[in-house]
Amino acid sequence: MEHINFFPLWLSLKTAGISTVVVFLSGVFLAYIIARKVFVGKSVVEAIFLLPLVLPPTVVGFGLLYLFGKNGIIGKLLMDLFDFQIVFTWYGAVIASIVVSFPLMYQSASAAFQQYDKNIENAALTMGKSRWKVFWTISFPLAWPGLLAGLVLAFARGLGEFGATLMLAGYIPNATDTIPLAIYFAVESGKMDVAKFWVMIIVALGFFAILWLNWWSARNMMKHSR
Amino acid sequence: MLTVHMEKQLSHFTLDVKFNVGREIAVLFGPSGSGKTTILNGIAGLTKINDGEIRLNERVLFREGKSLVPVQERKVGYLFQDYALFPHKTVWENIEYGMKQESFAKKLIDKLQVGHLLTQYPHEISGGEKQRTALIRAIATEPELLLLDEPFSALDEKTKNNSYEQLLAVHQEWHIPIILVTHNKSEVELLADKVLYMKNGKIMEEKLQEKEKISLKM
Repeated sequence: MEHINFFPLWLSLKTAGISTVVVFLSGVFLAYIIARKVFVGKSVVEAIFLLPLVLPPTVVGFGLLYLFGKNGIIGKLLMDLFDFQIVFTWYGAVIASIVVSFPLMYQSASAAFQQYDKNIENAALTMGKSRWKVFWTISFPLAWPGLLAGLVLAFARGLGEFGATLMLAGYIPNATDTIPLAIYFAVESGKMDVAKFWVMIIVALGFFAILWLNWWSARNMMKHSR
Repeated sequence: MLTVHMEKQLSHFTLDVKFNVGREIAVLFGPSGSGKTTILNGIAGLTKINDGEIRLNERVLFREGKSLVPVQERKVGYLFQDYALFPHKTVWENIEYGMKQESFAKKLIDKLQVGHLLTQYPHEISGGEKQRTALIRAIATEPELLLLDEPFSALDEKTKNNSYEQLLAVHQEWHIPIILVTHNKSEVELLADKVLYMKNGKIMEEKLQEKEKISLKM
């Protein structure tokens, strides 16, 4: 078998890791402040948040190019102000991962914050606790099983992102070649052994992530029904 | 003394109520959907009110459409329907969460006989035990007013009678104003010093002279 360059593994873990942190913080925050409120336009806002779930990756990629490309609204600004480029860099891979995995995190977090009685938080407020303290001591612990599920799904989705990443970050060996891109271009160039290797790696990562999550959820349910 | 004037537009009618509660048990009585819980939530600061004024002792909590004191500072103890105990905390941790003084909390624990439950979680205790825990948790914050939203509705008859005794005993010892919401007429007769009848979004007050005595089994 051809010598394997492990750069795609480190790059994938780095981009999926960073995107998961960003998605977790933003998804949890937005779900907490939006999920249980009723306001005009809520369904429109949530439809926008969830849109990348149903759009083809090339559409997501096109939208990101439009924003972050060299002549894009944000891309041009970043270049003019900071001499900073998103397209054809690993930052582009992070942004693509964020956009496609955010809906999964938001949906999980939204469901997690709605599955317990809101009066539990109200009780804590009437007991003199600040909203921040109520969030940390009541809301977050109660929502945690759902938040963790969202986090694992978001990580797995970020790890597996291909279409939008290819359009925004491109395929540049040792720079933007995440595992899914490495698989595609290995197949393209007939390097089937290399492709097989990366397929096994990413299947194993995904499989063990889901296995661990199922084990942890079952253990958590047993702990609370003893 | 609690003085309430509250106006709020609800989906099917306008709530426009005025009443006072001294160091007594006032029962807010009316059918489901008449706005009783809304009134409690408005007093506690958990729901927006359109207009009116709410005073608790020397403090103005709400006036002219603006909340002047946030929920956390109103010193209102609230026993929610379904108790709203923290499911991930033990009975002791629930009580400890907002308690002002441990000695006072322990006194309440003895009085209401939940000492043997302190290390258990809410899903491990009975309905009556949850109700007592929620009551202790609310009183341990040393509130100036206690709100109880249908606290007995989920209990069986025997547990209800025990709970009535306990509430009366608590009120006898710690004379704070209490507003109890119910649609159970017998609770009006057994517990109320004053009845606030809800009708068409308004309240009619009735002061009761005699309260039927329950033999104290405690």
